[in-house]
Amino acid sequence: MDLVQLQRQLVEYRTSLYHEGFLDEQYTQLQELQDENNPDFVVEVVSLFFEDSERLLNELTKALEQQSIDFKRVDAHVHQLKGSSSSIGAQRVQKVCIAFRNYCEEQNVEGCLKCLQQVRHEYSLVKTKLESMFQLEQQILSAGGSIPM
Amino acid sequence: MGMAADSEFHVLAVDDSIIDRKLIERLLKTSSYQVTTVDSGSKALEFLGLHEDLHDRIDQNTPSVSPNNHQEVEVNLVITDYCMPGMTGYDLLKKIKESSSLKNIPVVIMSSENVPSRISRCLEEGAEEFFLKPVRLSDLNKLRPHMLKTKSKDHCKEQVDEKTAFPSPKQEGKEESNNNKRKATEEGVSPERTRPRPRPRPNGITTMV
Repeated sequence: MDLVQLQRQLVEYRTSLYHEGFLDEQYTQLQELQDENNPDFVVEVVSLFFEDSERLLNELTKALEQQSIDFKRVDAHVHQLKGSSSSIGAQRVQKVCIAFRNYCEEQNVEGCLKCLQQVRHEYSLVKTKLESMFQLEQQILSAGGSIPM
Repeated sequence: MGMAADSEFHVLAVDDSIIDRKLIERLLKTSSYQVTTVDSGSKALEFLGLHEDLHDRIDQNTPSVSPNNHQEVEVNLVITDYCMPGMTGYDLLKKIKESSSLKNIPVVIMSSENVPSRISRCLEEGAEEFFLKPVRLSDLNKLRPHMLKTKSKDHCKEQVDEKTAFPSPKQEGKEESNNNKRKATEEGVSPERTRPRPRPRPNGITTMV
C-alpha cells in the first residue's frame, strides 16, 4: 500500500472510531498537544492508560470476588477508571463506568458484575483499535509521510 | 520589553492519577509554564516547604515560599485535583490558605465531578478557579492573571497587561493579602476589580463566589 493510501486509511479508521463512540473530542485535544518536541505524547498517555486500566480491572475483579463486597472500594476503582478514560477520550469505557458507579451506590452485585464484564469488553475493544491506529501511524511515519490531522 | 514572562511562572500540579499528571504537565508546558507534578497533597506541602510541626515564620516579607528549609523554588500557582486519597484537594487548599507563608499562592481546583456545593465550598475557601476535567488549554488561559498578581518582581509591562486583562473574580479576604509587601506591583488592583463577576463556562458552570 502506498503512502497516500495509508494516510487515507488512517483518516477513515480514525473517523470511524469517533462515529462509533470509541473516541471523543478529548482524544483530539491530546493530539493537539503533540508536536515535534513531544512527538510521542499521545502514545505515551495512552500507554499509561492501558497499564492503569489493567491494574484497575484486576483490582475490580478481586474486589467483586470477595465474600463481603466492599462497594466503596469498588466505587473508588471505578471512579479512577472513569476519570482516566475520560482524560484520554475513551468514551464507551467512560459510559460503562457511569452505570457501574450507579450499581455500586445501590450495592447491586449483579449489576456490578455485569458492568465489570462490559467494561472489560469495551476496554479491550478500544485498546485493540488504538493499537491498530498507532500501527497505521507508524507505517506512515516509516514510509516518510506525516500523520494527517 | 519582550520577555518570556510565562516561563518564569512555576506551577505545582497535584493529582493522584498518573494519566492526569502527564496531561496537566503537557498542558502547562504548552502554555510555557515551568511545572512540578506530585501525586499527593502531603507531597505538595512538602515541596512547598510546609511542615506540620514547625511554626509559621513571623516575617511575612519573605518572598520565597519556604519558612524553614532548603526550598528555594518559588511556586506561583498550585493546581490540584479534588478527589485524592488521604488529603483531598480541598484539604490542601485549606492548609495553604491557613499558612501565613503560603496563603498568597493562588490555588486552582480540578474535578471530574460537577457538584455545585463542592465548587462553592472551594471558592469560599479561597480557590481562584474551579476547572472541570478533562482540563483544556483554554482553561489554562485563566491562570496567568492570578500568577501575575503574586509575582514579586517589578514589571511595568505586566502591570499594564493586568489592568487590561480579563478581571478575575476575587473573594473579600483577598484584598488583605494584596497588601502584602512583597507584591509591590499590586497597585494595579483596584477595589472595583475585586468584585466577583460570573463568567460563563461552556458547560454552564460559572466561577463565582
